[in-house]
Amino acid sequence: MAADTRRESDVSRESDSGTGSEAGGSVHRSESPSLGPVPLPSPDRFRPLLGLLVPIGLVVVWHFLVATGVFAAYQLPAPLRVAETLYGMAASGELWDHVAITLQRVALGAGLGIIVGTVFGTLTGLSRTASDLLDPLLQSLKNIPSLAWVPLFLLWFGIGETAKVLLIAVGAFFPVYLNLSTGIAAVDEELLEVAEVYDLGRVESLRRVVFPAALPDLLVGIRGGVGLAWMFVVAAELIAASQGIGFLLSDGRALARPDIIVGSILLFAFLGNCSDVAVKEVRDRVVGR
Amino acid sequence: MSSDADADSTTPTGEADAAGSAAAASDADPVLAVEGLRKRYDDTVALDGVDLAVADGEFVAVVGPSGCGKSTLLRVLSGLEPEFAGRVTVDGTDVRDGGSDAVGMVFQEPRLLDWADVRENVAVGLPADVDPESPAARERVDELIETVGLDGFAESHPDQLSGGMAQRVSLARGLAYDPSVLLLDEPFSALDRLTKADQQDHLLDVWEERGTTVVLVTHDVEEAVYLADRVVVLGGQPGTVESVIDVDIDRPRERADADLVALRREVTESLGR
Repeated sequence: MAADTRRESDVSRESDSGTGSEAGGSVHRSESPSLGPVPLPSPDRFRPLLGLLVPIGLVVVWHFLVATGVFAAYQLPAPLRVAETLYGMAASGELWDHVAITLQRVALGAGLGIIVGTVFGTLTGLSRTASDLLDPLLQSLKNIPSLAWVPLFLLWFGIGETAKVLLIAVGAFFPVYLNLSTGIAAVDEELLEVAEVYDLGRVESLRRVVFPAALPDLLVGIRGGVGLAWMFVVAAELIAASQGIGFLLSDGRALARPDIIVGSILLFAFLGNCSDVAVKEVRDRVVGR
Repeated sequence: MSSDADADSTTPTGEADAAGSAAAASDADPVLAVEGLRKRYDDTVALDGVDLAVADGEFVAVVGPSGCGKSTLLRVLSGLEPEFAGRVTVDGTDVRDGGSDAVGMVFQEPRLLDWADVRENVAVGLPADVDPESPAARERVDELIETVGLDGFAESHPDQLSGGMAQRVSLARGLAYDPSVLLLDEPFSALDRLTKADQQDHLLDVWEERGTTVVLVTHDVEEAVYLADRVVVLGGQPGTVESVIDVDIDRPRERADADLVALRREVTESLGR
């Protein structure tokens, strides 16, 4: 939004001070319907709220389905019951420990995966030989489901934090690697020629041309990587953990507490969505000029 | 590719005349010299026996029908095509030995970095030994932005500029390099008629002001005759120099000038149209 309005103001300045001959050509981008006198309370500002309508509707339907006995309460608790359980755990402080450890695992794992993915993506994107050597292997490793890694990682790294963080890193690695590698390899040949004609040199053309050009791809990869990190943290915590939201999930099943199970699922949805929105926001700020 | 070097050591006699007249028209010590250039892409020979000499401060236009290899010629001159036979020197240095460091190139498309503003884009052209962050470099970039008539747009991004303005950023980038020879590859072909005329006059102003040597490739005969001191007609398959036509008309020129129109006809005829 901010970027759009900035652009419009720039363009109007441009056509005011334009050199006459240019004015006709320079305004062509701004002649969108939005340039007219915009009424102050724009209805578009409330548009994102529309996305809340369906979930709210679903919660209402959910409540009535349980209240009228279509679903038995031991299978699906009422929404209020779930909220009460979460509130109770939050009030006692128990919930925060689980949330904190899960967030820590996701942050460390995603961070590690993003770093390694960036290194490998850069390598294979820049070097044809590196790509020929590594890409076939990495492409096939990417197809291994998250759960399949768990026994091996437990065997190698024990049930401590290392195994979980590494498992999550594996998940976050692939989208970053794939997007960056493709992005760098696909940098416009014409721009590389510009770098060559003006003798930017290897390092400078990477810094000023290749990396900025591939940055949008890297950010798409990071968004995908963070998403997969949440998938992998569940796999790690379901099987070998004594803390974390994934542990809460399996604990809820063991205790026959559907309210805890549904609450944990909702927590995952909420936190995953928050991190996704955050990464997307960063991307829009960096790329969406 | 390596076989080229052996095969083309002799220039066919047919081209010798054209080569002779091209060399005669310039000074003894040309900034840019091309002798017996032959360029091949796989099985296709794009250029064969091309000779050209451009004197310091001269404005030369190269015209020819599409497919005659005129863009290829510029790519060779700019050092982007290191594989060729013959001799191409800028300031006496072979372009294959980094002689290309001395040329700037304005491509057919602006080819700007769209994530960078105008100032940063122009700074790409600064020579490698100039620190773009230094105040002197900044001043030079701002001066160039003014030279091409874009003052006030230093912080604009390419997507906020019109086609003509973007092409002028590209010109400023080429000038920032302070090249011995500025190469222009049909820089105005994508512009509408009015903008094109403005940009041509603008290029002339910059050229007269800075005294840069210019080689302009174009398919537009009117443009070539209006701008250049000398028009080199490329033609044939593979491309070679068909004729060289001097434009001895004082500037500023009138586009409708009778002599200019006559020369235009002469160039068009030697194009075989």
